[in-house]
Amino acid sequence: MHAEGFFFQAFVYLAAAVIAVPLAKRLGLGSVLGYLLAGMVIGPFGLGLIGEEGKDVMEFAEFGVVMMLFLIGLELQPALLWRMRGPILGLGGLQVGITAAIIAALAVLAGLPWQGAVAVGMTLALSSTAIVLQTLSEKRLMRTDAGQSAFSVLLFQDIAVIPMLALFPLLAVRAGSGGADFSAASPAGHAAEISGGTALGAEAAHGTNWVEGLAAWEQTLVVLAAVVAIVVAGRYLLRPVFRVIAGTRLRELFTAAALLLVIGIALLMDQVGLSPALGTFLAGVVLANSEYRHELESDIDPFKGLLLAVFFIAVGASVDFNLIQDEPGQIAALVGGLLAVKFAVLYALGRAFRMGLDQNLLFALVLAQGGEFAFVLLTFAAGQRVISPELSGWLIAVVAVSMAITPILLLVNEKLLQPRVGTRERVERAMDEIHEESPVIIAGFGRVGNIVGRFLRANGIRPTVLEYDSDHVEVLRKLGLDVYYGDASRKDLLQAAGAERAKLLIVALDEQERVLGILETVRKHFPHLEVLVRASGRAEAYELLDRGATHVYRETLDSSLRIGVDALRLLGSRAYQAHRAAQTFRHHDEQSVRELGRMRHDRKAYFSAARERIQALEELMLADLRKPTEQRDAGWDTESLREEYGTASS
Amino acid sequence: MSPPPRPILILFAHPALEKSRVNRVLARKVRDLEGVTFHDLYEAYPAFDIDVAHEQGLLSEHDLIVLQHPFFWYSTPALLKEWEDLVLQHGWAYGSRGTALRGKRVLSVITTGGSEAAYQPGAHNRFTMAQLLAPIEQTARLCGMDYLPPFVVHGTHGMDRQEIERHSSDYLRALVALRDGRLDLEQARAYPRLNTDLDAIIRH
Repeated sequence: MHAEGFFFQAFVYLAAAVIAVPLAKRLGLGSVLGYLLAGMVIGPFGLGLIGEEGKDVMEFAEFGVVMMLFLIGLELQPALLWRMRGPILGLGGLQVGITAAIIAALAVLAGLPWQGAVAVGMTLALSSTAIVLQTLSEKRLMRTDAGQSAFSVLLFQDIAVIPMLALFPLLAVRAGSGGADFSAASPAGHAAEISGGTALGAEAAHGTNWVEGLAAWEQTLVVLAAVVAIVVAGRYLLRPVFRVIAGTRLRELFTAAALLLVIGIALLMDQVGLSPALGTFLAGVVLANSEYRHELESDIDPFKGLLLAVFFIAVGASVDFNLIQDEPGQIAALVGGLLAVKFAVLYALGRAFRMGLDQNLLFALVLAQGGEFAFVLLTFAAGQRVISPELSGWLIAVVAVSMAITPILLLVNEKLLQPRVGTRERVERAMDEIHEESPVIIAGFGRVGNIVGRFLRANGIRPTVLEYDSDHVEVLRKLGLDVYYGDASRKDLLQAAGAERAKLLIVALDEQERVLGILETVRKHFPHLEVLVRASGRAEAYELLDRGATHVYRETLDSSLRIGVDALRLLGSRAYQAHRAAQTFRHHDEQSVRELGRMRHDRKAYFSAARERIQALEELMLADLRKPTEQRDAGWDTESLREEYGTASS
Repeated sequence: MSPPPRPILILFAHPALEKSRVNRVLARKVRDLEGVTFHDLYEAYPAFDIDVAHEQGLLSEHDLIVLQHPFFWYSTPALLKEWEDLVLQHGWAYGSRGTALRGKRVLSVITTGGSEAAYQPGAHNRFTMAQLLAPIEQTARLCGMDYLPPFVVHGTHGMDRQEIERHSSDYLRALVALRDGRLDLEQARAYPRLNTDLDAIIRH
């Protein structure tokens, strides 16, 4: 591709996105529909700014789906995945099986040979991972009953693609029309074309992979070996590697490593004939327990977002308006039929799995479209002569239209259907359903943070800890703490650590610049968070109070007062009296910090920082000499009583 | 015309509210009632560093002072005793110049594990509630305040939810009547507890 051509294309895509998405969001349509509309406008049937190469772009951009599954894997710890096995196999298996059977039966009735009908049924049973997950998380519905169930079904579909690909050539052979092609196209060879695989270079797609020509049992062995390799590498190899890379403190290097990991796994999966999306998902799950989880998440996320956006635009551009124009009635009927069959099956399953009406409606509508896998599968099936190229073209148009309609269906559901359904349940499920999130984030696990963290843990609260020193992180992980590597002043990292749902952020970092950065980020993006900040001393406390911190703790205050209390006791004070004196002093001192902090502003222009410190100390010591205004313990003092009654009783 | 509502200060003292069954329900029932200032002492002063000036200010602003607490060793939890020691200062609350609290009323709201029968001469606890509450009553008197018959919920150990709910409704009813001046105090003094027979002492 020429550089100019590339830049022109990039310009067209980006411009379309930047114009269409804010418009769509303003109209309440959501970003996915915005991208799809942008694609239709700039596509060959709109302004014609992008032509046939849109298909290549789509294949490239499907890599966004691979990244998305990696990110989803990162949020799913193995134990949680295991807990979801019921819905994945039950709900997902039944959905794919029943939908495929019904569509195949309808296709046979419509006069298709049974082999073609089975291929079409299986293909159309799949839904669009990209559209569904993007839309659900944008609407914050991932944690609802419907969101979780939809995710389970999508996961099963991703797995189901593999046996489908294996089956298609067999169907062609039975049909007796594709024998010649079959010899050159083992199932594994073509698996490479699935979901982003094609993006990884023409070589893999053209079938020069490792398992080509191996016997079935050998292929199985290679596949198993690859999976085991990912799990073992994820557990034992990647963490030390990431630690070394993090140790360089070059952010872009870490990003590069994260991308390298995802692309590497995708390539490996291509070579052994597995879906790259599934492979990266697996790698994500393996890394979900690692300390680099949040950092990986925030590094990959922008790439995923951009690629998915391009993918949606490409889907929009690929909708064949010529075909729709020629046969609008037929296409509409097919789209309607597809949506109706899938909706009916999903709705019945939702009932069987005891979903509430509102959740069931959402669940059935969100999964009713055809999926992006269908583009690849249908082309593949046509290549295998399982179905005719003409039919393939038709079905691709139908799937594309059904995908484009999904956001509109959800909008109808949200605005018209849901208000009429009484049992609206938007209650978030228990915290640990999709990933465990703590109400407390601790930034910095050094001298202060570690005591706070231990104290909270001793009281049954497991904080999420962010720490910037990768060596330190490694040691703490060995002690069994939930410590993650990363710089807490970055908005995306805080977000990945769950700042949107957390209640408290405890900041215990030494570098004041970074502390101030965190405060700024939090005030701007997570104003609901209560921020508890450790300050090294008085001057820092002034600064933090200025920047809007509400809870500031000087690390020196409490230990100094404890020394003072012990000194008083060693000099002969009663223990309780010394203790009360310290309480009074602390109260008084914290008030004066706030007051002097405010006064400081007026003086700041005139004095140097050092001069200011001396001045502040002077004022403070003068204030100490004044008797505290409240006489806190006067109730125990009998002097006034003796004055009043003493003479009478003696 | 009914007399103007009398603002109520509830001084609530329970060191382990998270383990409470009855007091928590009682407190929840009245804490948001109009005219009520609910002051959770163990929440305000976990380190017993009572802010005396603040407490005296609160007392001055209210007309009826409710001391709500479980009955610990025939007395109040420790923090409420500390509160009495520090806040009811000589020269402010009592003594020749201590007139700040004159004319206010004090109501004890107390839960006991034992039954009412156990608080009788010759029974398990040997003394009546009125006898055991004499120190608090006399503290109120010395400060020039009127000590009402206590609102006592007896037998909390074996109490079921319905009973707890009934007692908390009674508590709410009594406070509303006191606030609105609809409680016949003369009549009330005829009973050992304020909640012996609410129907007999609340005017409609």
